[in-house]
Amino acid sequence: MTTTPDQSHPGRPRRDPGSPPDGVSRRSFLGFVIAGTTLTVAAEVGGAPPASAAVPTAPQVAELYDLGDLQTHSALPTSQLIRITVDDHGLAHFAIPRMEVGQGITTAASMIIADELSMRVEDVRVTLAPARPELVFNQLTGGSNTMESMFTPIRVAAAVARGALLQAAATALGATVSSLVVKGGVVTAPDGSTRTYAALSGAAASSTTTAVRVELAPTSSFDVVGTPRGRVDALEAVTGRKRFTMDLDVPGALPTMVCRPPTLNGSPRSVDNLSAVRAMPGVTDVVVVDTGVAVRAETFGQCIDAVRALRVTWAGGPVEGESDDTVLNRLKAAELPMAVPKVPLLTQTVDMRFEFMFRSSAALEPNCAIADVRDDHATVWAGLKAPIVAQRNIAKALGLPIAQVAVNVVTGGGSFGHKLFGDAAIEAATISRAMGKPVKLMWHRADEPRQGRTHPMATSRIRATLLAGEVLTFEQRHTSVRTDFSHGLGERLTAMAAELPAGLGNLGLAESIFTLTQELPYDFGVVTQLLDEVDMGFNTGSMRNIYSPDVACANELFIDQLARKMRKDPLAFRLAFLRSERVKACLRKVAEVGQWGRAMPTGTAQGIAVHSEYKGATAVLVEIDCRPETVGRQVRDAVTGPRVTRAVIAIDAGLVVNPLGLEAQMMGGVSDGIALALTSSNHLVDGHFLEASWDNYFYTRQWNVPPSFECVVMPSDASLPGGAGEAGVAASVAATACAYARATGTVPTRFPVNHGTVSFTPKTFVPPVPPSPTDGLAHTY
Amino acid sequence: MAQHTFRVNGEAVTVDVADDVRLLWVLRDVLGITGPKYGCGINVCKACTSHINGKAFNPCSVQVKDVGPDDEITTIEGLPDTVGADLHPMQEAWLERDVAQCGYCQPGQIMAAVALVHQVQAGGRQITDDDLDGIRNVCRCGTYNRIREAVRDGAARM
Repeated sequence: MTTTPDQSHPGRPRRDPGSPPDGVSRRSFLGFVIAGTTLTVAAEVGGAPPASAAVPTAPQVAELYDLGDLQTHSALPTSQLIRITVDDHGLAHFAIPRMEVGQGITTAASMIIADELSMRVEDVRVTLAPARPELVFNQLTGGSNTMESMFTPIRVAAAVARGALLQAAATALGATVSSLVVKGGVVTAPDGSTRTYAALSGAAASSTTTAVRVELAPTSSFDVVGTPRGRVDALEAVTGRKRFTMDLDVPGALPTMVCRPPTLNGSPRSVDNLSAVRAMPGVTDVVVVDTGVAVRAETFGQCIDAVRALRVTWAGGPVEGESDDTVLNRLKAAELPMAVPKVPLLTQTVDMRFEFMFRSSAALEPNCAIADVRDDHATVWAGLKAPIVAQRNIAKALGLPIAQVAVNVVTGGGSFGHKLFGDAAIEAATISRAMGKPVKLMWHRADEPRQGRTHPMATSRIRATLLAGEVLTFEQRHTSVRTDFSHGLGERLTAMAAELPAGLGNLGLAESIFTLTQELPYDFGVVTQLLDEVDMGFNTGSMRNIYSPDVACANELFIDQLARKMRKDPLAFRLAFLRSERVKACLRKVAEVGQWGRAMPTGTAQGIAVHSEYKGATAVLVEIDCRPETVGRQVRDAVTGPRVTRAVIAIDAGLVVNPLGLEAQMMGGVSDGIALALTSSNHLVDGHFLEASWDNYFYTRQWNVPPSFECVVMPSDASLPGGAGEAGVAASVAATACAYARATGTVPTRFPVNHGTVSFTPKTFVPPVPPSPTDGLAHTY
Repeated sequence: MAQHTFRVNGEAVTVDVADDVRLLWVLRDVLGITGPKYGCGINVCKACTSHINGKAFNPCSVQVKDVGPDDEITTIEGLPDTVGADLHPMQEAWLERDVAQCGYCQPGQIMAAVALVHQVQAGGRQITDDDLDGIRNVCRCGTYNRIREAVRDGAARM
């Protein structure tokens, strides 16, 4: 049987055959039909454009070569291992080497495959691939890069499958390939005879692995891609059938929790009552590990009781005695000096400095993992965005060869950067080995803000010089507690060093990532944006974007002040100085939809802001109500405060696979932005964070939600998707901050704006978790 | 250990577990009913919201000894049966609006929404913005606006 694909994409309807091909027009790609009894294909993608050899002074590095490019290019050499199988039920299977955490990539991948194969989305099964070390750099979910890096490889694999199926159909139906029509997984010949993919799968299979060259249809011919689709897992989600890590039934993996230290990253010295706790109801095991004292019991409730009962002596940890102010002082001392170039006399200088507090990146599903560690092998189940790195770290912790550690990737109950690290998986494996039994490890909610990953505290200083209506210079010095990139991004950067644009060579890892992600889309003369970091031993990570929400918030607030100095309207000022037409288009759109400049009562105001990243652009307009009657409204155990009453977001994300999913990501981005600007932070006091649950850590709740939300997906002629998952956050936090400044007449310089008020009684640090209440039946409704 | 008998999703169950174990863990760890999720364990996040005798409650904050043979617990798994259909109208509204993102909070959100609508309808009222503002369930993905739309939509179908 031949596997040569037809070159003309038979049976594929063209929406507009007269229009010139757009996007990936007639580029040729190599794929494979893999030996087997059912049709399995693989894609190899090559010929990516090289990075620019040199970077001119403007535009900035990230405009020419950004973090997404780094990830996409580092994934290329192994992309041939992306495989799709069509089985004898006519179902297409694809184990995506990425993690679904709610961002919708399994839905988008199903749509791409269904489109290329002219089959129903419902007949595509996208699962999450376990850790596959041979994929090297091609199994990291982050940087809003999945669609950008996977779009073409998935299309190529699907196109190879289509070619093989059609060739088999041509043989079976006695017709030429070019005369066949495919719809809904059914191939029809000119005489009306048909074959289903189910029937063709075996015949299309190959006994040898064969290279095949395919061309991709122009993006204008998409039928499914670009149309709004509900999530493929929506039914499972609303019926409670969707399985997360803690819902898995692994034999013998009993509930397990850890009694954690009262100070951040402290460690256990001794336990006074091990035998008494081991004898508690339901408790099966108690062991001391590096991170605390682990207990395993019949139920998580009994784990909580045992954790609360443990009497442990602790060593203090690396940040013992530190507080918000001491960390801020360290940051201030590390701030790099400004270096304003020589500017003419009469030049006006504007200086501002902003502070951003620690924030918890915890998802609603707490850190959790199942581990079954035996003498010579281990199996782990967890939500992992970088499973290869986790697998390596687990193997190292257990002293096992990597090949003896199976790491299964489970769909996550949110991530926001939190699941980039295998903290819970490594800890579960360590505990399982110490106990000699399988464990289902769950972090208590209180453990999350107190011991889990945070977005690091940071400061941003900006200085600009103005003369005669022009901005001559714009300097930014971003100073941050060190962000942990040990989830694999750092390795990518090192491996790709030779491919990176000139000018990055002398920068360290974090500074390089900063440079690769920052785009100041304005014509502000000489622009310098520099990062400096302070390493203090905090548990940090990216949090739905790395630096940009803070950087954009500082920049856009600053830009409102520049506009004020020049007596210009914030919108007019931005339109005058923006150099990107895509950003301008988004800005004009939100101004129009949100009726920028409409009359509003005293104490309320609009704010407007933009951001440019992930091969795309966003603009956000919000309206905020800071009147006393609103700010003072009372909700039990909650922070109310200023209310964003309206949000309008416009997103240009390049080629859009699923506009419904993109809108969902923008909605989440706005919710995050509001929290970052107004309510959500961790307070560091005497070496520990005060926050211990959602009644302390004030993520956006319904009483903070803008009653009016609109998202406009901008048309784009881009041939590839940009990023979506994190794209909505930066402009949202910035617009909210700008609106707050305009409504109150005071420019906030510390975020979130309510950080100065601790509005709750901190829960105990010893014991480290609160008891579960018993009065639930008094609160029914 | 002690035996406790109550009803879950239309069936009588008897479990052998200590009196003070919270019902959430009886459901999840003993009975394997995993629709109700853990998000805080202190009746704050509401991810475990289920119904007892038709009213919303949070099993993370109820000891198993406090429910008896006549108490009917309904989790998300049993919600469709309360209307004798494959899906409850609120679940249909949820699908229509593609509300879920990661999905972790969604069983609790839906159970809370159904109870809220029952409460509002019993008072002869329509769902208001204030009612929606009063929903305490955390959604860390931030799909709050779609939740608001779906609750109104679900109420119209109920």
